[in-house]
Amino acid sequence: MGSGRLYLAVAAGGFRRYATYRVATAAGVFTNTVFGVILVYTYLALWDQKPHLGGYDQAQAVTYVWLGQCLYATLAIQGGGAEKDLMDRIRTGEIAVDLYRPADLQLWWLAGDMGRALFQMVGRGVVPFLFGAVFFPMALPTDVTPWAAFAVTLLLAAVVSFAIRYLAALSVFWLLDGMGVNQALMITGIFFSGMVLPLNAFPGVFGEVVRALPWAAQIQMPADVLMGERAPLGAFAFQAVWAVVLLAAGRIVQSAATRRVVVQGG
Amino acid sequence: MGERGALLEGLRAYRLIAAMWVRSSMTYRTSFAVTVLGNLMVTGLDFVAILLMFSQVDTLGGWSLPEIALLYGLSATAFGIADLVLGSMDVLGGRIRDGSFDTLLVRPAPVLAQVGADHFALRRLGRITQGALVLGWALVSAGIEWTPAKVLLMPVMLISGAAIFSAVFVAGAAFQILAQDAAEVQNAFTYGGTTLLQYPPTVFGKDLVRGVTFMLPLAFVNWVPAAYVLGRPYPIDLPGWTAFASPLVAAACCALAGLAWRAGLRSYRSTGS
Repeated sequence: MGSGRLYLAVAAGGFRRYATYRVATAAGVFTNTVFGVILVYTYLALWDQKPHLGGYDQAQAVTYVWLGQCLYATLAIQGGGAEKDLMDRIRTGEIAVDLYRPADLQLWWLAGDMGRALFQMVGRGVVPFLFGAVFFPMALPTDVTPWAAFAVTLLLAAVVSFAIRYLAALSVFWLLDGMGVNQALMITGIFFSGMVLPLNAFPGVFGEVVRALPWAAQIQMPADVLMGERAPLGAFAFQAVWAVVLLAAGRIVQSAATRRVVVQGG
Repeated sequence: MGERGALLEGLRAYRLIAAMWVRSSMTYRTSFAVTVLGNLMVTGLDFVAILLMFSQVDTLGGWSLPEIALLYGLSATAFGIADLVLGSMDVLGGRIRDGSFDTLLVRPAPVLAQVGADHFALRRLGRITQGALVLGWALVSAGIEWTPAKVLLMPVMLISGAAIFSAVFVAGAAFQILAQDAAEVQNAFTYGGTTLLQYPPTVFGKDLVRGVTFMLPLAFVNWVPAAYVLGRPYPIDLPGWTAFASPLVAAACCALAGLAWRAGLRSYRSTGS
């Protein structure tokens, strides 16, 4: 299992890299906590007006908010994970070095992004979540099973999130500039992941479409599994299917890109 | 050279640096147009969130959609102006870390003007445009009984609001010098502040409303004057004249932010890199 160790080392590198920025992490914790407080109040006003919106009670809506703040940086909901470095490397031509490495390009970046995600959750996500649990009524399970299932959904959510961003980053092979792609990632990420409102509160057919898209795998699925609103196996299947489809698409695009690769000089 | 001279020189430096960045962004016109549009869409997401909420309910915290749109439009436009003028303040942390902040200190132009105009981005007009569109819609549909005082209050609110947000940006920058980069903390107050003000004060807890009235007086950007315009009860039972206090509050904020900035600059220790 030599290659397994390699990717583990890459993941550890991703973790350590983000762990270096301690002040930035503390600042992020503060920001996520402030936004959590603002959102909780608006959600409470909304659920006051319409109890059981989207099948949630007030405590569940509050839990959803703090989960969103916890996973915001973890899943790079608005971008800014490994894909940003990948775009830079494609733009500057440094990607050529990556292509010569005796390692799989997609797995290499996936491992690095997993390390980043783990740090962002431990360093930046957990504290706002605990703050929420202490100061606001939340709907958290007391036995181990839902928490274990939740952990699995988180892992799958991180893979789906990476797969989307990887696919977007590869477009820079053709576009040569990631600015527009980054903006698109930001808009789709924030809106379709359910950062603005739980996806199960989106109305009508629009809501049904949004809940079937891959972004639904990121906050909605873990939240529903943790709060017992959805059977874990169904959620795993939804996430796994999207993960496989998107990673496969990433591979196809990657091979198309590397076959016609024109390395930018520098 | 007196205070006035320094101010004029600062404005001149700001104008020159900003013009340079505008020229550079205009080199790729299509890219510029796309980023303005993107900026407009990103900032519009906040309002889409409100619209989504109102697809489920008729009022939020007792306020109707046009009334909340008025709060939103005022907050987003005022913040957009401050963001256009001083929004690049959050790259200050990066400059301190990589040592290029030292370069600004030795140049013969006021540091605040240089930092403010750094990476001046005209694409931020997207946010102002989006805020103004919502504001325009709110003004015609919120059922306001217009009086001369209310008409006059509109531009006063926007300018005062922009000044209050600008003060927050400058104070945040001063804090970044002390903390050696903590742009995210600044974001909590700037972006967090404008998000907060996009919802009616009735939504939030009393202590939070008191905090953003007396501690960090963001309430004077829109909550207090808009309550007068809409004929709604004032947050935390403030007296009636406070609706016209925004310019005073803004002036006080700017003065305090200026002092904080000077203190920050004096305490600056270079990273040495």
